[in-house]
Amino acid sequence: MEIELGKDGYPLFTPEMKKTHTILIPMMLPIHFAILTSVFEQYGYHCEVLTNETREVVDEGLKNVHNDTCYPALLCIGQFMAALKSGKYDVNKVALMLPQTGGGCRASNYIYLLRKALKDTFPQVPVISLNFVGLEKDPRNGWSITMPEIIKTLYGMMYGDMLMSLYNQCRSAELIKGSSKKVLDRWTRRIITLLKTKSFTNTKKYYKQILADFAKIERSSVPRIKVGIVGEIYVKFSPLGNNHLEDFLISEGCEPVVPSLTEFILYYLLNKVNDAKLYGRHSASTPVFQALYKIFLGKQKETVKIMEEHGVFEPPHDFEHLVESVSQYINLGVNMGEGWLIPAEMGALAESGTENIICTQPFGCLPNHIIAKGMSRAVKERYPNANIIAIDYDPGATRVNQENRIKLMLANARTAMAEREQK
Amino acid sequence: MKTYALGIDVGSTTVKTVVCDENGEILHSAYQRHFSKVKETVAGQLESIQGKFPDAQFRTAMAGSAGLGLANAADIPFVQEVHAAFLAVKACYPQADTVIELGGEDAKIIFLTGGVEQRMNGSCAGGTGAFIDQMATLLGITVQELDEAALKATRLYPIASRCGVFAKSDIQPLLNQGAAREDVAASIFRAVVDQTVAGLAQGREIKGNVLFLGGPLSFQKGLRKAFVETLGLSEEQAIFPEQAPVFVALGSALYADQAKDSPRTAAQLLEKVTNARATSDVVTGDVLFQSHEEYAEFVERHKRHDLKYADLRTYEGDAYLGIDSGSTTTKLVLITEDGRLLYSHYASNEGQPLDRIAAKLKQIYEDKNPNLNIRASAVTGYGEDLIKAGLSVDYGIVETVAHFKAASFFCPDVDFIIDIGGQDIKCFKIKNGAIDSIMLNEACSSGCGSFIQTFAMALGYDIAEFSQMGLFAKHPVELGSRCTVFMNSSVKQAQKDGATVEDISAGLSASIIKNAIYKVIRAKSVEELGKNIVVQGGTFLNDAVLRCFEREIGRRVIRPAISGLMGAFGAAIYAKEQAEGLGQAHSGIISPEALQNFSYTSKNVRCGGCTANCSLNIIRFSDGGRFVSGNRCEKGAGIKRDTVVPDLYTYKYDSLIQMVGKGQPANPIATVGIPMVLSFYEQLPLWYTFFTKLGFRVEISGESDRKMYFKGQHTIPSDTVCYPAKLAHGHIETLLEKKVDFIFWPCMSYNLQEPDTNNHFNCPVVAYYPELMHANHSGLNEQNFYYPYIDLNNRSHVVKVLKKTLAKYNIGGKIAKAVDEAFAAHEAFRKEMADKAQEYIAQARAEGRKIIVLAGRPYHLDKEINHGIHKLITSLGLAVVTEESVAALGEMPELHVYNQWTYHSRLYRAAQYVTTQPDMQMVQLVSFGCGIDAITTDEVRSILESNGKLYTQLKIDEINNLGASKIRLRSLLAAMTG
Repeated sequence: MEIELGKDGYPLFTPEMKKTHTILIPMMLPIHFAILTSVFEQYGYHCEVLTNETREVVDEGLKNVHNDTCYPALLCIGQFMAALKSGKYDVNKVALMLPQTGGGCRASNYIYLLRKALKDTFPQVPVISLNFVGLEKDPRNGWSITMPEIIKTLYGMMYGDMLMSLYNQCRSAELIKGSSKKVLDRWTRRIITLLKTKSFTNTKKYYKQILADFAKIERSSVPRIKVGIVGEIYVKFSPLGNNHLEDFLISEGCEPVVPSLTEFILYYLLNKVNDAKLYGRHSASTPVFQALYKIFLGKQKETVKIMEEHGVFEPPHDFEHLVESVSQYINLGVNMGEGWLIPAEMGALAESGTENIICTQPFGCLPNHIIAKGMSRAVKERYPNANIIAIDYDPGATRVNQENRIKLMLANARTAMAEREQK
Repeated sequence: MKTYALGIDVGSTTVKTVVCDENGEILHSAYQRHFSKVKETVAGQLESIQGKFPDAQFRTAMAGSAGLGLANAADIPFVQEVHAAFLAVKACYPQADTVIELGGEDAKIIFLTGGVEQRMNGSCAGGTGAFIDQMATLLGITVQELDEAALKATRLYPIASRCGVFAKSDIQPLLNQGAAREDVAASIFRAVVDQTVAGLAQGREIKGNVLFLGGPLSFQKGLRKAFVETLGLSEEQAIFPEQAPVFVALGSALYADQAKDSPRTAAQLLEKVTNARATSDVVTGDVLFQSHEEYAEFVERHKRHDLKYADLRTYEGDAYLGIDSGSTTTKLVLITEDGRLLYSHYASNEGQPLDRIAAKLKQIYEDKNPNLNIRASAVTGYGEDLIKAGLSVDYGIVETVAHFKAASFFCPDVDFIIDIGGQDIKCFKIKNGAIDSIMLNEACSSGCGSFIQTFAMALGYDIAEFSQMGLFAKHPVELGSRCTVFMNSSVKQAQKDGATVEDISAGLSASIIKNAIYKVIRAKSVEELGKNIVVQGGTFLNDAVLRCFEREIGRRVIRPAISGLMGAFGAAIYAKEQAEGLGQAHSGIISPEALQNFSYTSKNVRCGGCTANCSLNIIRFSDGGRFVSGNRCEKGAGIKRDTVVPDLYTYKYDSLIQMVGKGQPANPIATVGIPMVLSFYEQLPLWYTFFTKLGFRVEISGESDRKMYFKGQHTIPSDTVCYPAKLAHGHIETLLEKKVDFIFWPCMSYNLQEPDTNNHFNCPVVAYYPELMHANHSGLNEQNFYYPYIDLNNRSHVVKVLKKTLAKYNIGGKIAKAVDEAFAAHEAFRKEMADKAQEYIAQARAEGRKIIVLAGRPYHLDKEINHGIHKLITSLGLAVVTEESVAALGEMPELHVYNQWTYHSRLYRAAQYVTTQPDMQMVQLVSFGCGIDAITTDEVRSILESNGKLYTQLKIDEINNLGASKIRLRSLLAAMTG
């Protein structure tokens, strides 16, 4: 088989491969990614999200990336390599996809690390960069998605956020085990179908239906400890990355509160606008980012409003308010990795009554020194009741250690809750 | 029936139980090591409680890291141990302000006044009981002896405390250089205190009444003393409760009472615990040997690689002595002309290598045939210099070369050697009869031999016995391949899941091998290793380790029977070669008579040779000779050189520091403070010019040293950030003391554009550290700390930002011009360094010197960060230039990474330039914790190696141990000169 190489010397994902190849995507957000693949499917790409979580994933990661590299890279690359070696796929008919933000953190290099890993064993496997800043541009590239398609994808992510939030709120309180999962699965399927039609933009209508359906789930009214999860995007969301943290919290009788992916998207878009302002770096794409930011900010406000009107579930934080609060103690210029979003989400959680917060981070993550551990003090100064714990994730970190530390945080949370009830 | 409260605390190494009545009065308590037999130990204690309180029932709660699983399985309420301690403190010591608890593997702190806060150490942390155990093992004494020794100390050495592995690399050279054991012991305790302050307090001050809990703090007086002294506590403020070791158990009992656990009899509890079934999600690997026959065949095969023996008492003729003074062990061999083994010794140096070796030599003299002539002797290893000086050994040889010589003896066409010793993993590839590339383990991934040993001891076994146990383990556990601290917790988890000692033994052997192959060698395939592999080092004497290695690489290897003695054997061969080459007839080694009276004294002094003020350890021998260690350059050793070896690090550093004396305004409008940290090692000329031209006086924070670091330690929020960043806290503290009007430290996402790159970011730490500083130092505010966001590539915007920043001084009109002058100064400085580099290179060539491009970041110029490595290089006779001074001469090579950081892009071009210069090599400095270098190092290595150059990486941190660096550099030198 002739391998067409891109200008950087790596195999290219050619337009013909659209028909022949399966694109593998590492798991991050189970609900969202189910929707994401279905949208890509519509555009003619055959995608599959990897669900392998065996020991080989970590072993392959350790073998193939430098051991000081961040855990998310290790897991994603490990997941890919384990999948390619599993015999489940025709290695001549798969391509791999990784997101790339192009920011100043190491994550921009994951793609290169993956290609290094592939070089000897699977030199024919193309790697696709999923980014919105024009990285890896090549006219022969078979992966291309247009602006309307991007927008539709982002809508899919917003539906995903809604489902994730409601699912977490319900399943921790459900009286009939599995009832929330049923509603979630039904709605995931419906949204996949909905995104095939033009009416997906009518979020108002569908949000209301979703809210109504979840509200029907029988739930306990006993107050539960709410635990916010913030942190580096991969370990925050990915069950593989955080040792199924959400499930663990549920098993401890808590309600996990996971800030939405939309917040990250808004954060990302706003940074593009802000950097232009901060450093006088305006470019042709600045107004595009500005416009996208406006659109999604509006959509987020709408979500908050609908949920508030419905009145049963906790809505997401108003993003503008969150930005305004955080900028009192950290400059919005801090935008590598998750940047100011981590302290912002910590603050917003504490402000909205979720005072117990787990900050998940890959061991040795550089931006996290500044924005997580470095900002805890500033957050606590403003929200003295915030009960924050930083948990490191790493191939060597054991569950016992992590869970023991989380249990300490929960013990504090329970004491605080008991004190409040007494008052 | 009486109802009592029962608290059970199952820690990582001990089980504690407390029974108390309704008033919280303790009726019974027990404290016992469990040697990983958690269930059995708990059951045992329950039985004795049953005996003592036959007619009682108990409300029960269980705490502790190892109790989590058991509590669930036995249906006993679980209470987090810090929380339990908190409850007990509130009940018994309401006056406490802070609680510090050190346990087996955890360290905790509870702040009670001014906002309750409970913290535990992170996943990478030392400074715990296990750490102290490890250190005692290292010194060859018991913990109790360590404690007693510490009380007699007269001075303290700086020892890294972040993790045991680090500390070891600080302590080993101290021991090898003859530092007093008492002082080392006290320094170890001091390190534990520092770790508690740095890792746990994280910016919160420990003051008021401090309650100390946990086993180590209740049993070790030296440790108590260290805490009390360092924290400056009065006798009343430091509370050491009698019940400290069982405090958590007491808290659990109180919790049980509060939680209203339904009472059960001891018999009921006992039944629950005994029948508790752990849920097993432990991953197991393949067995090592299916049968004893298979093992016998394996042993037989490896027996083939052995030396012939000769008798020391009867042999007459020339013999050669080889000594390997390793980090933890001492090895000696005496061989005949034809390589037969007359004598060998392999044992722990017990922290006193010189004494051990002298004693063994004495033994050789006593036992040897009178007609045996020691013709030559050589020494290698960490203690090389000391032993050579003390015992007048003829030759010194670099470890790597010694190992290569020994390996060649067994396998003349060896192309890969891997040596796993007590503390080190060394691997080298051999190409064309010379060492081609060297891989050594880094400070933080050393799953080496001593780990198995420490573990065996912790479990109550002897090392040989323990490793044999793994051979026929039925379900070897998968333990991962991280550093020892992490492995500890993996083992803990496996135990919790019911793995047997046999399974753990086999698992540890496998993880050592995985660590070596995937972390140290970074091999992706066996082909990379080579065809003829020789394995050696004491750790490979362990058959389980050897088996795992052969299994993992799928290839048979050669393990000489003298595997642990290869360094010494190589040294002996080298002695023989030298003697033959030089026609030497007798060794000059210390004579039997002199040895009878051999003694030495050691003394510590500060060197006054330069501002580094190295701490020197001077050993005087009974024959009047002396040995100096701790020095970074020749000055400290009392050697004067006629010529100065070109060293751009020194030149650049001095130029920067001296700049501050020139061009300060006579009547300054204000004083600006500039911290000498991170990007300022490059941008000082720019900002210095900018501010002085505008009429500001510039005050810099000064030169870094360890004191500077400690000064700011209490404001560091993340103890795993790189040392260059951590040092910044001390610099800021210093500037505040100097009472400058404001401190200037801009945030910069972007650095200056370098040619042929994808982008020009700073790393997140360099870019935003001022934000962190602002958020964590209560003395900084908007008035005295200016940290504007600046992109130096957009000059008009820089002007705009600075106008706003300095608005209060009404100098807006002058700023544009000052910015222009600042950039001109920056360019001029850069050019001066590039020119100087050319001058030095020319000079070096004229003097016939090889040149090292010592590559890192601008801030690696800081002598507290580089620990004087440049001086070490020049002391070897090599010239040193910086990476950025030659980067412009290179072209951007084809890269396999996303080239988006300014500092790092220079590394690639400088590396490319090195490949075009036959007399140059590159040495890369990497700060521990630099995530970005995880990306650059592989790339720089590939640029260099694909063009026939050597790659040498030196990992540096707060530890001030040049021993490992020296070995690497000398190996590099040996390879360069062929």
